[in-house]
Order: sequence, then structure tokens, then C-alpha cells
Amino acid sequence: MNAPVKTAKLIKGATSDWEMVIGLEIHAQVTSNAKLFSGASTQFGGEPNSHVSLVDAAMPGMLPVINEACVKQAVRTGLGLNAQINLRSVFDRKNYFYPDLPQGYQISQYKSPIVGEGEVTVDLDDGESIVVGIERLHLEQDAGKSLHDQSPTMSFVDLNRSGVALMEIVSKPDIRSSEQAKAYVSKLRTILRYLGTCDGDMEKGNLRADVNVSVRKPGEPFGTRCEIKNVNSIRFIGQAIEYEARRQIGILEDGGSIEQETRLYDPGKGETRSMRSKEEAHDYRYFPDPDLLPLEFSQAYVDALKAELPELPDQKKRRFISEFGLTPYDASVLVGERESADFYESVLAALEDKARDGKLAANWVINELFGRLNKEGQDISASPVSAAQLATIINLIGEGTISGKIAKDLFEIVWQEGGDPRELVEARGMKQVTDMGAIEKVVDDIIAANPDKVTQARAKPALIGWFVGQVMKSSGGKANPQAVNELLKSKLGL
Amino acid sequence: MSVDAATVRRIAHLARIAVTDAEVPHLQGELNAMLAFVEQLSEVNVDGVEPMTSVTPMEMKKRADIVDDGNIADDVVANAPATEDHFFLVPKVVE
Repeated sequence: MNAPVKTAKLIKGATSDWEMVIGLEIHAQVTSNAKLFSGASTQFGGEPNSHVSLVDAAMPGMLPVINEACVKQAVRTGLGLNAQINLRSVFDRKNYFYPDLPQGYQISQYKSPIVGEGEVTVDLDDGESIVVGIERLHLEQDAGKSLHDQSPTMSFVDLNRSGVALMEIVSKPDIRSSEQAKAYVSKLRTILRYLGTCDGDMEKGNLRADVNVSVRKPGEPFGTRCEIKNVNSIRFIGQAIEYEARRQIGILEDGGSIEQETRLYDPGKGETRSMRSKEEAHDYRYFPDPDLLPLEFSQAYVDALKAELPELPDQKKRRFISEFGLTPYDASVLVGERESADFYESVLAALEDKARDGKLAANWVINELFGRLNKEGQDISASPVSAAQLATIINLIGEGTISGKIAKDLFEIVWQEGGDPRELVEARGMKQVTDMGAIEKVVDDIIAANPDKVTQARAKPALIGWFVGQVMKSSGGKANPQAVNELLKSKLGL
Repeated sequence: MSVDAATVRRIAHLARIAVTDAEVPHLQGELNAMLAFVEQLSEVNVDGVEPMTSVTPMEMKKRADIVDDGNIADDVVANAPATEDHFFLVPKVVE
């Protein structure tokens, strides 16, 4: 466990260097129509208590019946995390009192979770990658929602979320910086979205994190950790970790000690603070839920789900690199969001020659399309240029009908006005001139008009670039640059 | 196994049951009598015996992922002492 620590990842304290040790518990809402143990809807934003059955409201005598789709989603997620799938798992009651928990306990999995150890490979911005161990994944119920700002004396409780299925995904304490933590969460989110097991919408609270942070001097045993509850954006996760690690280092360097406790992150103030009132509740008195039998399924069931898994980001990235010669960086950019990867795949599907133009297509998607979308603050789902239109533009370049420069003008026209790129090229005379006779005439004219440059070019062949530029200019960018180059070389005797 | 007075108070608190100091010795006696009774089970050797989870040899029934319940907000809040617009109202709980 004590691999040499890169000094870049250490934090400088007043008296020594410190290393952060971070573990994350991610709560991911399972994508399903109905709740984990009832037939009420999981849809977000219904009228108060409208998506609630008598089971979710914990009325006496109601019994939970498990939703098989939620089980399937948990198993698929486990497979996506390269994890051990447990063919037998058990639901337990986690007991505590809160107004948005009508049962007085949460049905969760304690000793026997549905998914055991796994791992996730996380690519970092500096090009390195780390492997973060997964400790476990278990299924549990979400609680309801309390609103505290509706009245000075009362809290308002809505149980629409009560009983919705969550996957709690617990990492091992393998993370050593806030950047790694952010990259891990974003990778996990990408995997979940590829699998379609969680929509990853952090604004709606469908993906949220409890962050465990401790610090130690390099090589020493783990320090005492604090848990920051319910952080709901990747940026806040990074900020909370930075603040918390420095808070702990400050205490330790002043000769104090860290008290294990639960804290909250306040994004407004940029600080974490203790939530002591919950401390007493830490005795959850777990016991197996007598209303539910153990959850059991066969290896054949798991194998069938495995066979139907979609291509995951790591596999897709490897394929983009090996089939189309993309750089690892470009491949990462494309697979990072499922929508981006899907768009690129749609472009590929409409290319005349994938092997020839796949890399060119990646450049266009990343540089021209994403660049333009970013500038306009638009999302790829609302792109004015469709995958089919972009593919046509790339086909036109690939087959030599238009030059790369003209293609940029064409892209702009399609962005602004829409239309079929092939027809636009025809209608607006944007075709590349491949008629050698026409190009030759332009070349001859320029050579004749610039005898001094001709002499210079013979002495210094790099000057051919100037001639190419002149020819392209006088042809309005429509001459085929390669043809121009060839022709110039022979005419100038280079 | 037996419980002391402090444990009795703690269990009562966790269960949100109001227990006066006068009631503690009595409850402690009752709980310890029950524990002693259950303790007899430890006389049986259960090495290698799997915990029994059900008296019927059946697999857990599962439901299909179909929305067939809900939209009964009136019923859900019918017994609540205080409601507004189908919300449950409870004395303010805030960190």
C-alpha cells in the first residue's frame, strides 16, 4: 500500500508534507419506472405525495415486493464495474427516526450486498490513469423530501422519492487528491450513463456523494476520517475535499487531533461544518428484514445480462484508437459523454470510407462542432448541424470535392441556414477545382508575374509555400492544394 | 447477556420511547429475563448450520417494473394530524 508518493500530489503544511486519503460513497438513483418495493412511479417532480403507494407511506400491514428491474440494473452496474456479483444477498433494516422516513427504517443491504469488489480505471487530465477499487455496491431505498422554508414552525414532507431504488457504490480509500476524486466521480457517472442504470443528473439529486477525507504524512497509517454528507456536484466535491484536508492539517499541525464526525459542505461559504445532531443516530441496529427473503439468482441470469451489456467507455475508447487512429486524448473526449460518443458514431455510420476519414471526422466533431457548440453555450442534443450533415461535409473533403478551407465555410452555412451540404456545394459553386488545365493556367500566370520569387524559390525550395498560397488565393480557395503543390514543383523544377 | 440501566435508557432513546427514571429498574429486570430466556438457544450447537431465513422453501417473489400504484394522495395523508396541499406537516426539523 505504501507505493512511493509523487511529491506533486502532496500538500505543503507549515511543518511537513501531507497526503490526502479519500474514499467515496456514491448514491445513484436506479433508472426504473416503478420504485424498489412498490408499484408507484419514480418520476421526478410530481404533485406532493402523488407518486406514493401505501407501501411507500409505511401504512400498517403493507408488505414490500421487490422490483426485478432494479435487481437487473444493480447486476448490470456491477458488471460494468468489473465487480464480483453475489448470487445471494440479503436486505436489512437500518433503523433511525426522521420525518421523511415513514417506516422508521431504511431497507438496505448491510452484511451481504448484491455486488462485491470491483475496479474502475480513471483517466486524469495529465494523461496518467489510476485504478480505484470498488468495495461494494448495494441496493437501498431513498427517503422522502422535507421542505423547511414553507412555514416558520412546520416542515413539509413529500414522500414521492420515498422508496425509489438507490445503488450505493462504495470505493476503497484509493483516491489521493481532489482531482482524482472528481475524475473518479465523472468516470463512474459516464459508466452509469452508458449502462443506462442511472441518468447521473446531479442537479435533481439523482447522483450524490458522501466524501470520506483523512490526511497523513506519507508512509504513515491512515488518519482519522471525517465524512462530508450529500455533496451534489462534481465541482463541490473537489472544493469540499480541498477545504476539509486543509482544515485537518491545520488542527494536526497545531498539535490537535481529528474527531471522527459527519460534516456538511456549504458551497456558499466554501467550508465544511460539523452536523453533530446526527451523531447519536449512528447506532442503526441493522437486522435482516423479516418481510423479505434473501435475493437469489443464477449465474446463467448474470451471464445473460453480461452478454447484453452495451460497449462501455473504456472499450469504445480502445476501439476508436485502434480502428481510426485517434489520439488517446481525442478518444477520451469523444467517449466522455455518451451523447458525444453517439454523435461521433452516427457520423461514422454515414461516412463513405470510415477507415480513411474516421480520424478526420473526430477532428471535425471535436474542433469544429464542439468548439462552436461551446462558444454558443449549446448542448450537442441541440446541435444545428446533424451527424448526417457533418458526415456529408467530411465525405466531400475525403473524396476531394471541396478543400478543408472551403469545408469550414460550408460548415458555417449549414450551421446558419441548414440544408444538404452536397446541394449547397453545387448551388454555390464551392467545388474544388480539380481541372488540371484551369489550375495550370493560374500557376503559369503567377510564375510569369513573379520572376524574382521564382529565382528565390529555386535557391530556397521552402518558398514554394508562398506560391501555393497565391494560387489558392486567386482560385478562391477552390484549387486542390495537393494538385497545386505537385504542379508547382514540376514547373519550378524543384 | 444482560443489560445495565444505562443501556435501557439508551435503547429507549433510540426507539423514541419516553422512559422515566422510576421505570428503568423494572424494564431492566424484564429485558434481562427475556434475554436469559433467549440465552438458552446458545446451548444448541449450530456449527455449520446456515441461518434459517424462511420456513417455506421458496424463492422471493419479484414484481415487474410497471407503475400500477400511486395517485392516491388523499388516502396517503388521510390520517395525518396536519396537512397542506397534500404535504404532511410536522414540527420543524432543521439542522
